Amino acid sequence: MAIAKVLGIETEYGIAGGPDMDPITSSSIIVNAYAQMGRTRINWDFEGETPDMDARGRVDLTSFAPIVETHLANTVLTNGARLYVDHAHPEYSSPECRTPREATLYDVAGEEIMRRAMGIANDSLEASQAITLYKNNSDGKGNSYGTHENYLVRRDVEFAHLIRAMVPHFVSRQVVVGAGKVGAETEAGLDYHPSFQLSQRAEFFEEVVGLETTLKRPIINTRDEPHSDAERFRRLHVIIGDANMSQTATFVKLGSTALLLACLEEFGPEGFPAMPKAPVHAVRSFARDLTLREAVPCDDNRSRSAWDFQDELWHVANSYALRTGASVIASSDEVTLLLTQWREMLDGVLDDRDAVADRVDWVAKWRVVTGYQSRYSLTEQNAKLRAIDLQYHDLRPTHSLAQRVGLRPLSTDEEVREAVHNPPDSTRAYFRGQCVARYPEQIVAANWDSVVFDLGEGPLQRVPMIDPLRGTRALTAELLETSATASELLDGLDR
Amino acid sequence: MTERERIQKQRSERAKTSSSEVTVDATKGDQLKADLDDLLDEIDEVLEENAEEFVRNYVQKGGE
Repeated sequence: MAIAKVLGIETEYGIAGGPDMDPITSSSIIVNAYAQMGRTRINWDFEGETPDMDARGRVDLTSFAPIVETHLANTVLTNGARLYVDHAHPEYSSPECRTPREATLYDVAGEEIMRRAMGIANDSLEASQAITLYKNNSDGKGNSYGTHENYLVRRDVEFAHLIRAMVPHFVSRQVVVGAGKVGAETEAGLDYHPSFQLSQRAEFFEEVVGLETTLKRPIINTRDEPHSDAERFRRLHVIIGDANMSQTATFVKLGSTALLLACLEEFGPEGFPAMPKAPVHAVRSFARDLTLREAVPCDDNRSRSAWDFQDELWHVANSYALRTGASVIASSDEVTLLLTQWREMLDGVLDDRDAVADRVDWVAKWRVVTGYQSRYSLTEQNAKLRAIDLQYHDLRPTHSLAQRVGLRPLSTDEEVREAVHNPPDSTRAYFRGQCVARYPEQIVAANWDSVVFDLGEGPLQRVPMIDPLRGTRALTAELLETSATASELLDGLDR
Repeated sequence: MTERERIQKQRSERAKTSSSEVTVDATKGDQLKADLDDLLDEIDEVLEENAEEFVRNYVQKGGE
């Protein structure tokens, strides 16, 4: 039986400018600017962070596990999200959401939060020191930073089956959800001199399976840090994705992956297309192939292009939805919208790119790049084309190209404004966000699976939230609304 | 017929494109082309003035 696909996205934003041009300082200014304007100055609680634990059941001593930085700006927002400085980037980790559409809304809310933080920070900086944020994944010079998705998966799904079922999707989904990139920037990519690639991230992947996120990046990341009941749940940490400006692309990226994971839980890996024989080669060569037709050999001795993989995977997901209703993913209307959009985008990238330029990021960017290049007869190396690429992701309304190419929104401005401040109803993020909004003076720290209170006397009290589907509005709204103080809330929870 | 069966049906029918659909698609295509031309007309006002310097100075530390 498949379980509810609780999901969310974490995004590290590109950052430029600041008083001393130091990205760590500038990132701290961004996070602190937003935290100090808002109601939250609540710290993140690092209890339960085990990024070096490997899902294959051992700690790999040869790999470089990320170091948890505890001294940098780090806060919890009233919408249940985490806003902090990760390495040298400001990062927004969305609250846990219950459906792909909801997770898309909270990703867009994160963009709006970053935009507001940039505005607040720049109000107190000289114009020459203004900070700019970019929702992208690389600087064009070989440095990449991540957009990671997270999905709740049953613990008893064999990890080998996860690899077997999901590698075909992770190497090929860039044909519909890639964010596009002018040129190449790694040794692996530069050898081929591509003028344009489907994905920002593809050329940075070097392994099929592994624990790292910063070196030797793997297609399947084995970080085993469930942030929930480890007996029942796994959190699949997906690092092979681009930051999307198109809301529909984010929706299809999340929804297609969630549907396929649910199908794997329900029916096992047998119905999935075979793995490519060389997955790292596949993800990189697919990124460079704008014809979408180049096929790679697979374990069943057939050859498939990225488009072929996506076509087969769409049928796997569609038949899963027909057989089960896919209610663990979303309402039937939302699942229908998801499958329709995925199908239209997939058909469009092959037959009629103009028709999907309002949804597929790489197509939208590619049209502007190639249109500008041909209008002024520029060479592929012209800096203007790379500037277009960067400014596609620029968060400043005055400079954003994504805001000018006619991308079709999925959420209304009103919904985004609500999601900036309020948590989703249907996961434990509701309880976290509400506690931060209602009792900020009594909360010492919070993290994904607990909130820690200091009532002023006695020991600190940690409220555990190890089930992502508890702590919802339905389960806790009445108690929260009748508890005027944190003390009353804790008494109520004890009863 | 469920919603999803309808999608599949529409999909299979989509292959046999009728002449009227071609007309609709062509009109939509022209509109998109016009929108792109409008954007290309204005884009220099939005692009960073010194593209070369802007691109060169955009250097990030790796993350994740």
